[in-house]
Amino acid sequence: MVIKYKFQMQTEAPWSDANQKMLALDTGGWRTERPILDKALCNYCGLCSIYCPVQCMKDKGDHYEVDLTWCKGCGICAHECPKKALAMKPEGDFTNEG
Amino acid sequence: MKAKKGAISVMMGNVVAANAARLCRPEVVSLYPITPQSEVAETMSGFVSDGSLNAEIVEVEGENSAMNVCRAASLAGARTFTATSSYGLVYMYDTILETAGFRAPVVMVNVNRETPGIHAVSSGQQDMISTRDAGWIQIIVENNQEIADQIVMAYRLAEDYDIQLPIMVNYDGYYLSYLNEEVEIPLQEDVDAFLAPLKDQPKRPRIIPGKATGAGTHGMEMGYVEARYKHWAAMDRVKNKVDEIDKAFGDYFGRSYGGQIEEYKMADADIAILASGSAAGTAKEVVDAKRAEGIKVGLVKLRLFRPFPEERLVQALKGKKAIGVIDRSVCFGWKAGPMAVELKSLANKLGTMPILSFIDGLANLDINVPHINRVVDEVNGAAKGKPYQEVTWIPLE
Repeated sequence: MVIKYKFQMQTEAPWSDANQKMLALDTGGWRTERPILDKALCNYCGLCSIYCPVQCMKDKGDHYEVDLTWCKGCGICAHECPKKALAMKPEGDFTNEG
Repeated sequence: MKAKKGAISVMMGNVVAANAARLCRPEVVSLYPITPQSEVAETMSGFVSDGSLNAEIVEVEGENSAMNVCRAASLAGARTFTATSSYGLVYMYDTILETAGFRAPVVMVNVNRETPGIHAVSSGQQDMISTRDAGWIQIIVENNQEIADQIVMAYRLAEDYDIQLPIMVNYDGYYLSYLNEEVEIPLQEDVDAFLAPLKDQPKRPRIIPGKATGAGTHGMEMGYVEARYKHWAAMDRVKNKVDEIDKAFGDYFGRSYGGQIEEYKMADADIAILASGSAAGTAKEVVDAKRAEGIKVGLVKLRLFRPFPEERLVQALKGKKAIGVIDRSVCFGWKAGPMAVELKSLANKLGTMPILSFIDGLANLDINVPHINRVVDEVNGAAKGKPYQEVTWIPLE
């Protein structure tokens, strides 16, 4: 038996002091829709970043870009965007997992 | 170095268990009395009240809380002890799973008794069988001396840094719990010396007051898989560790039990009986008598039930002409008793011999000499090519 997997938890037991690395869930895998930005409409106000529950909107200087590793596809960013610059598109439309 | 001779006393199994637990110096004890375990609870409380044990007794309203107390205390770094039986064991079922999952090395005595379903206040192994997939180490012992010695070994096993698992020490309710037998109780200094190597090991994680602890946050997605794999792999390591600790115990105290299994007259045996608990003692008598008649029969006493001693069983039983398994419990949904079902999963490594399942000794009915005689005769017949039944309910047939 050969385990190729790299273990994230350092302890034998599945609990630890909080100063040790905890498990990070790959929440991007939960997504059924992803936010797509229309840069022409974006005014770089940052509300999408403030409202994002998992804080996965990255500041790119003139706009915000979603980190698809963590984006759960909740759509709050698109809902809150005052310029309607973000739109939620079904995952089925994309071939990459982000 | 050898242990000094301990005091010889005549004690019932439950009092033996309490004395052995006392010698291991548990710091937190929480147990709820239940027939046929009550004397363990009473005696442990007595030890604390008369000052012979410096432990905190947490009085609880039931077994579910008793196990929660032990798990929590264990995660805080304490050595713990509890004991239960039957309804008590299933009443703590959810927290038994948690204790194993959190890798808390709780030592628990389970005095085997029939389980809920039919209100049976009588001996049988159905309770431990019902918790076999809980992720606990399960060991079954044969007599009162073995109760004492196995409890001491249990602490050394459960708390080993490579193991970190709870352990259930099982003995037959009524047959051993209330049986008065001659027992050598080891000296305190010798038990201390035997458990001392644990102090040289790295410390397992523990909850520290004032420091943040992440518990219960690791059980999703790959965290769950990681934890389950580590637990599963630790269970596999238990097998060799049981043999090592048994040998170390034998070297020091002069008594050993074979580790995962005890082989009795197996080396030249043509046929074999697999039994566990107090019935294994009776089976040894039968093996001797049958050998005098010229039947080359041997006994494998199953001590370790979880993890299942696959390698040792294959080594002991490979090439035998037929095997009879005596179960003191029922496996619903299979045409064999639980231990027979598990042994059959090794069939591709054992060979093509017949494996006969016998169900006996339910609800305090004795697994007596005539019954085991019959097991040997039927297994011997099967070895010689006679037709045989896959499963026999001995009291009914």
